Amino acid sequence: MDDSKINIILEKCTGCTLCVRICPFGAIKIENKKAIIDLSKCNLCGACVDSCKFAAIVVDKGSVAKKDLSAYKDVWVFCEQKKGVIQTISFELLGEGKKLANKLGGKLCAVLLGDKIEPKVDELVWRGADKVYLVDAPELKNYQDDPYTKVLVELVKEYKPEVILCGATVIGRSLISRVAITIDAGLTADCTGLDIDEKERLLLQTRPAFGGNIMATIITPNHRPQMSTVRHKVMKEPELNKSHKAEVIKKKYSNNILSSRTRIIDIVEEIEETINLSEADIIVSGGRGIGGPENFSHIKELAKVLGAAVGASRATVDAGWIPYSHQVGQTGKTVCPKLYIACGISGQIQHLIGMQSSKVILAINKDPDAPIFKVATYGIVGDIFEIIPALTKEFKKILKK
Amino acid sequence: MHIIVCIKQVPNTTDVKIDPVKNTLIREGVESIINPFDTYAIEEAVRLKERFTGKVTVVTMGPPQAESALKEAISLGCDEGILVSDRKFAGSDTWATSYTLSCAIKKIGAFDIILCGKQASDGDTAQVGPGISTHLDIPQVTYVKKIEEIKGGLARVERMMEEGYDIVETPIPCLFTVVKEINTPRLPSLKGMMRAKAAKIVQWTAADINSEPKNIGLDGSPTRVVKIFTPAPRKGGEMLKGDAAELAQKVGDLLKDIII
Amino acid sequence: MDYLFNEQQVMVRDLARKIAQEKIKPVAAHYDETEEFAWPIMKILSDSDLFGVYIPEAYGGLGGGITEMCLVTEELSRACGGIALGFAGTGLGTFPILLYGSEEQKKKYLPDIAKGKRLAAFCITEAEAGSDAGGIKTTAKKDGDHYILNGTKQWITNAGEAEVYTVIAMTDKTKGARGASAFIVEKGTKGLEFGLKEKKMGIRASATREVIFTDCKVPKENLISKEGMGFIVAMKTFDNSRPGVAAQAVGIAQGSLDVALEYARKRIQFGQPISSFQAIQHMLADMGTQIEAARALVFATARMVDAGITGVAKDSAMCKLFAGDMAMKVTTDAVQILGGYGYMRDYPAEKYMRDAKITQIYEGTNQIQRNVIAAHMIKESLKASK
Repeated sequence: MDDSKINIILEKCTGCTLCVRICPFGAIKIENKKAIIDLSKCNLCGACVDSCKFAAIVVDKGSVAKKDLSAYKDVWVFCEQKKGVIQTISFELLGEGKKLANKLGGKLCAVLLGDKIEPKVDELVWRGADKVYLVDAPELKNYQDDPYTKVLVELVKEYKPEVILCGATVIGRSLISRVAITIDAGLTADCTGLDIDEKERLLLQTRPAFGGNIMATIITPNHRPQMSTVRHKVMKEPELNKSHKAEVIKKKYSNNILSSRTRIIDIVEEIEETINLSEADIIVSGGRGIGGPENFSHIKELAKVLGAAVGASRATVDAGWIPYSHQVGQTGKTVCPKLYIACGISGQIQHLIGMQSSKVILAINKDPDAPIFKVATYGIVGDIFEIIPALTKEFKKILKK
Repeated sequence: MHIIVCIKQVPNTTDVKIDPVKNTLIREGVESIINPFDTYAIEEAVRLKERFTGKVTVVTMGPPQAESALKEAISLGCDEGILVSDRKFAGSDTWATSYTLSCAIKKIGAFDIILCGKQASDGDTAQVGPGISTHLDIPQVTYVKKIEEIKGGLARVERMMEEGYDIVETPIPCLFTVVKEINTPRLPSLKGMMRAKAAKIVQWTAADINSEPKNIGLDGSPTRVVKIFTPAPRKGGEMLKGDAAELAQKVGDLLKDIII
Repeated sequence: MDYLFNEQQVMVRDLARKIAQEKIKPVAAHYDETEEFAWPIMKILSDSDLFGVYIPEAYGGLGGGITEMCLVTEELSRACGGIALGFAGTGLGTFPILLYGSEEQKKKYLPDIAKGKRLAAFCITEAEAGSDAGGIKTTAKKDGDHYILNGTKQWITNAGEAEVYTVIAMTDKTKGARGASAFIVEKGTKGLEFGLKEKKMGIRASATREVIFTDCKVPKENLISKEGMGFIVAMKTFDNSRPGVAAQAVGIAQGSLDVALEYARKRIQFGQPISSFQAIQHMLADMGTQIEAARALVFATARMVDAGITGVAKDSAMCKLFAGDMAMKVTTDAVQILGGYGYMRDYPAEKYMRDAKITQIYEGTNQIQRNVIAAHMIKESLKASK
């Protein structure tokens, strides 16, 4: 019995192979001029349905009885704090959240958990929060999975938000996945684009997949709240509006909710001489073309003058020229600075995946065929050992250092 | 000590390219590999086995070809491989996937530690690990970069944070998702490869793991993909010419607004 | 070309290739520059079980033969001929024990070598005895329960890094060719010292040193086989290891061809990739064909040795001769294809050329190989005409 949810209408199929090429999972092949779907590989994503010019592919996404979701309203932003300091990702999400709340006709609500954290509420209000759910307790001083998850679940059950946004940080990802599973909600991670389908009241969540090679738009049709995590520096921080006012709702919870199975023994800060790569506005990055570990000194000097972070390609990290914490790329950090200066980096796709969303890319390489020039805003073919010192000198002049 | 490692077989994304003319995915001949982050989980599991003596069971939810990923894990030192495969799982999002894996783990039985890679290189969500621990209602620590000690029913680990790390203590059984900083995965050994060749992989269907139909596959997935498209490719810009001093000046002018 | 290797051999080759490409290739230039011994790579090879591919299972090895050893040597040499010698040189130093050692000696030394815990080195060459191996002057004098070794061995691969040394020394000068014996000497034995590392043209990651015996007391149990068997042990050792040297040459040549091919595809001159020019194409074709011919000779010989066929001296000499000369030509052509870049130390081509030269020289110069081949051919012709 064939109960498959995807079918080819053979009479309409012409074997044109458009679907074969679009399928991200390689699940379609052509046999005897007709498309055949390998159900073991098919993920029912529907990319082929859209691509077929002959409407020969049908996906039955199942008709589940649409639940009554009218009780859910408002857009929530989980505001992350570390050591009593609200992380900037929270502000970015408040900015985005406001736009979504307006389209949905709901309020923008900030959720803040911490210990003696009340003074920080204003920072959230000034960035547009109409309501702040504040849970202040010693047990919530530092992030722990159990109390934070339980508190958030209680808040959701009581106040029923329609959308929840959270930063795609170490804390955010850990927390929000547990919440989503517990309340049976749909969660989409690392969204680069958010929008609202106003008719269906759906959050349209767009995110990269396959290392950024394709984009997918995802919805949660039948579950609420609709939850998304967003990486920092993807959305814009809103302007400060110190005259904005909000309702603050303070909640208290029992020991049961605030208890934790895990316990934090210590918090160790590793002070890096250079700025946190993921947060940096400017990054100067070195690749194999710099020739050797000692040449990172040129890169570091330029970075110092610019107040930039130092990045590296995988080749240099593998060769032991610089620690892995500086690696940018598919198996390293993803960055989106305003300016990325790539020195002696060829631009293999694994590296590009990590930095292609930089606003401006300046590439310097002695090889005119280096793939990086295909994506660089400005390209220079030349000897990095001549150019970098010249740039350093020029920037020093401009910045009057 | 019984350690369970959850892995995923993914396409080697570095091979997946966009055809610049047609703006579509080129997928001919893309090989399948073990999700890179999972190789660190496998390595850590084998190290724990070597440190504390015990057994490593590696499990994956996937199509029949995912068996090769399990065999590769065995060649790296895992003891037993379980493939959870059924057409009914098609269309699973991370909710359904973590549910399915947690059912399989319940069937496997008692364990001390579950290890997962931080995220999969195709989906990139990092949600399945925490999802499994929630379904099983066990404590978790994500982004683990070092397992310091396991003693007296407690594990002490270092959790990597953006500006350093936390030292966290958790009772076991528990789940850890691991990051690349935790170890350097070994290469397979010949003896391991021969063991993998001879190994029999256990296969479980949706019925075998006592999963509820409404929680698996498309029905068990709250999220739906409505569209897949290739992003507008980033185009190359301007090539600057001149000697070092001229170039520096041009660049200075162009980037002045950004760097100040 | 498909040599129809069995499953185990394919597994060995693929694992060696994976290690070579992922772990050795990225650091080859570094070790060539610093001339350090690549212990981290030795550890990886040890963990992978590759050191034991030619050692019987009874002693902890894989139970394969020369074919497996050549597969590993070729793949490792493709990434770096110098680092590969950590493995291949150990093979050379192990054969005397493998072929002529007593059960006790095999049990004592082979397991650690198979696991890669200890490396080995073979010591025969001296300052005055290269091609003329019969002219060695190192002596081994019987003294009660020991032999006292005196003399200096020159240009020994893995010397100083290895822990197990198989040494050919004269026990009875009066007996000429029948007067040499083979011994196992362990690092740390009093009277065993090493000279400074030699500064070489190529295979710079390989450690080459003098091995100096000064009243070095070696227990009599360490005599391999009997007194007087020294040169026979040496000859048989070389017969077995010679395909390995040839495999190294093939690997080096293949590595240089990989570099040349990639470069030719990417280098644009006169508006086209140089790989579209017939001059380059013909060079590439000749290089590829010559490499394959050498490879075929290597594995045909290896298969014979593994099958137990004894009269392989001529074939073994042929494959070493051909592969060595071929490697020198192919690597030189590779530099030529890379043009100016081929001459620059920043690019990998010139290293392959420097590395290839030694394969025409050591383990019997190619001139000696020609002597051996001709001598056999004449003997066979004489026999056939009777």
